[in-house]
Amino acid sequence: MNYRDFQRTLPEAASHLQRGRSLWSYTHLDAWLLIFLLALAGYGLFVFYSASGQDVQAVQRQLIRYGVAFGVMLLLACIDPRLLRRWAPWLFVAGLGLLVAVLVAGVGAKGAQRWIALPGLPRFQPSEVMKLIVPMTLAWFFAERPLPPRASHVLVVLVLLLIPTLLIAKQPDLGTSLLIACSGLFVLLLSGIRWRVIFAAAAVAGACAPLLWMGMRDYQRQRVLTFLNPESDPLGAGWNIIQSKTAIGSGGVYGKGWLNGTQSHLDFLPESHTDFIIAVLAEELGLVGVLALLAVYLLVIARGLYIAAQAQDTYGRLLAGSLTLTFFVYVFVNIGMVSGILPVVGVPLPLVSYGGTSIVTLMAGFGMIMSIHTHRTMVTR
Amino acid sequence: MPVYTWRFRLVLLVLVALTGVVVARILYLHLLDDEFLQGQGDARSLRVSSIPAHRGMILDRNGEPLAVSAPVESIWVDPRDFDPAQPGVDKLAALLEMPYAKIRRLVEANRGKRFLYLQRHLTPQEARRVLSLDLEGLYSESDYKRYYPAAEVATHLVGFTNIDGEGQEGLELAFNDWLRGEPGRKRVLRDRLGRTIKDIQLLSEARPGQELHLSIDLRVQYLAYRELKAAVQQHKAKSGSAVVLDVQTGEVLAMVNQPSYNPNDRSRLKVAHLRNRATTDTFEPGSTVKPLTVAAALASGKYNPASQVDTRPGYIRVKNRTIRDHRNYGVLDVTHIITKSSNVGATKLALSIDAGAVRNMFYNAGLGQATGIGFPGERVGTLPHYSARRVVERAAMSYGYGLAVTPLQLAQAYLSIASGGLKRPLSLLRLDEPEPAERIMPEHVARQVLTMMETVTHQGGTGRRAQVPAFRVAGKTGTVHKVGSEGYEDDQYIAVFAGVAPVADPRYVAVVMIDEPQGQEYYGGEVAAPVFSRVMAGTLRLMNVAPDKLPQPLEQQLARN
Repeated sequence: MNYRDFQRTLPEAASHLQRGRSLWSYTHLDAWLLIFLLALAGYGLFVFYSASGQDVQAVQRQLIRYGVAFGVMLLLACIDPRLLRRWAPWLFVAGLGLLVAVLVAGVGAKGAQRWIALPGLPRFQPSEVMKLIVPMTLAWFFAERPLPPRASHVLVVLVLLLIPTLLIAKQPDLGTSLLIACSGLFVLLLSGIRWRVIFAAAAVAGACAPLLWMGMRDYQRQRVLTFLNPESDPLGAGWNIIQSKTAIGSGGVYGKGWLNGTQSHLDFLPESHTDFIIAVLAEELGLVGVLALLAVYLLVIARGLYIAAQAQDTYGRLLAGSLTLTFFVYVFVNIGMVSGILPVVGVPLPLVSYGGTSIVTLMAGFGMIMSIHTHRTMVTR
Repeated sequence: MPVYTWRFRLVLLVLVALTGVVVARILYLHLLDDEFLQGQGDARSLRVSSIPAHRGMILDRNGEPLAVSAPVESIWVDPRDFDPAQPGVDKLAALLEMPYAKIRRLVEANRGKRFLYLQRHLTPQEARRVLSLDLEGLYSESDYKRYYPAAEVATHLVGFTNIDGEGQEGLELAFNDWLRGEPGRKRVLRDRLGRTIKDIQLLSEARPGQELHLSIDLRVQYLAYRELKAAVQQHKAKSGSAVVLDVQTGEVLAMVNQPSYNPNDRSRLKVAHLRNRATTDTFEPGSTVKPLTVAAALASGKYNPASQVDTRPGYIRVKNRTIRDHRNYGVLDVTHIITKSSNVGATKLALSIDAGAVRNMFYNAGLGQATGIGFPGERVGTLPHYSARRVVERAAMSYGYGLAVTPLQLAQAYLSIASGGLKRPLSLLRLDEPEPAERIMPEHVARQVLTMMETVTHQGGTGRRAQVPAFRVAGKTGTVHKVGSEGYEDDQYIAVFAGVAPVADPRYVAVVMIDEPQGQEYYGGEVAAPVFSRVMAGTLRLMNVAPDKLPQPLEQQLARN
């Protein structure tokens, strides 16, 4: 561009700079996404208050988590995505190291080793962080290479994906490893690999299903069997599903009223404030309440996809797309599992269920999505 | 690169489709399937729970409680939720007075169950203390426990219930349906652990059981029990029974037995102690039936009280058997056959009248028949029917061998004599008006026999120790050889006294039976008569009966004036 052109664009650029003095420009937050997320968090707390049995202390803890999570989001929104892109491979290596450390020296609960206690840091789950690092790394990988990707690149990406997935599945944490695999596959999908590759992969995956079955632990197999026929063991493994279906169905259109659910408050509903919290919502606020929640989720997802579509570079497009789609998978798997159309895998209802790390990771992801949107170069605006 | 590639649109399409699936599923659960699932929801939390019904009290004729139900709490655990290792279980063990190891073992052994009683029937205060430990998986339920204030004194009669409140023995068993009542039902909201959160609806009130008013007078019962127990201990007897009847109504005022037991603590209970011997055990009545034999003779019209009967030389041969008196009483009138208790005289009377007359009199007086009290396990005894030719058996029966009666039956027979020849059905329940009586002998015969029986307690009679100061007492002693493995035993006896007072206007009949008294004294007149005397004296005093015999000095004073 010559000087005249530059001069012509200058007022516009200057006006942008003026607007840049606004709050949004400072914080690099995306207003719409923020509004939707706040609505979700507020709604989630509202339901959580009831699901926790009106435990004010638990609500306070959840509130603190939201605070931390929004802080992390704010931080990540401010960081230029290009900076994070450069760090991605190193973060990936560090993440793998932590996953190995978890397997070797992790602390666990209920038969699974998922936590690690690093000196000077609160206990955390490395697998949660990997939910962000894996799509970042794959997006970084493709961003530096021609698209659509060559077969050899696809292969490299698959290996990169498989390592953390298997390490996490080994903990064992089927839900998280599934979500990470999904996030990687979404990157692949969005990178534009050929459909015949996708179909071939699907076929191979289908063929490997029996192998997967053999590799599963007993309780995991039990979950699948129970999913296929929950009534086979209504008091044992099928209990969760039958109870949650019952809770959902007994709500009716308008529900039994907030704090008035019987199944959840009388302890019939297991995990009522964590993975199965939507059953509480469905019982107390009815169909209307569930659809309202779904609507907010869809707004979040729509905004995420819009940002992905508007992204200026491959890295941003792939990362924002993958994170948003993974978020959708979260919602879909959780509701599907609680309503009995998917087997029970430990996937919380994002931003609503009780649980610290998951909320922080999700908000961090949204922070990166915002940052991708708000750090676009002004020229193409 | 276009902003919205076809790939991007496809992804969007898939998202929409999947969302559609979830929404459809939610709609299905909420709308189409909701009736079933709502029902299921209610089925999980709504339960019909029973309200324990208060079991009716058992009272004596004056309203004194003999059996009462007190509210208690039973402590139970859910073995799946109750962890014996949790803190506070040691305190629980101390409160329940159970060794900690036992609690642990019980819970471990019932891991698969959801309900296990740890301790039943604690007082509400104790239960509150246990529940305040706030242990996980520990609960209590309300119930009633039966207490017996009269304890061992009335237990044979009253009986007891099992831990579930069902009658097991005695009147608790006989009148179980009357006492029990109907447990109520209520619909309650329960959580997964079965704790009742809220009462939703009362389906039916618990209908409390009804009270049972017995004919027993607890004061007489205590008195009889005390005297019988003292006598059984004094004579080192095997067992004993005593019965007091109200002549005018047929009500049982007291019925006591030895040995007895404490129904409130049945941990060391022996089965033999359970027997209400006064109505479940039979014995050969011996001489105590002689008044009935005499009554049969008088009723035949062949004899009057002054008729002479030659009992010389103190024995009589009947076929190949010899029947003996204690000594040679010489020629006796009918009265003295009773006074001296002459077997020979009774035999002569019986064999000289109609062959079936004695047995008929026995039968009509209630021997060999149910007394009408309806007590569980009541025995009717044996009263064989002998043809005219079986003179040995007929002779034996006339002085009380070859038949078996319960003490209560004997008392009923004496009641017939005392009431002027009217047989009354007996009752353990308080009667508002006496049940219709049946005449079994002419009134003058009954009066004559009663007068003869009075001589037994006079100078020269066998039952002088049955006397009651200021009252005229009629009665008859019995000293029965017990049947052993080889016929009648020489040194094992049953001592009996049956009597009536006051003679002028008979009010009460009492029978005292003591089985196998040891030692020098074993005659009915020595062992049973003193018990009778004290029981009857106490009864007459308690019932405010007017004396019919003024003390001698007073009489003399009156005569002087």
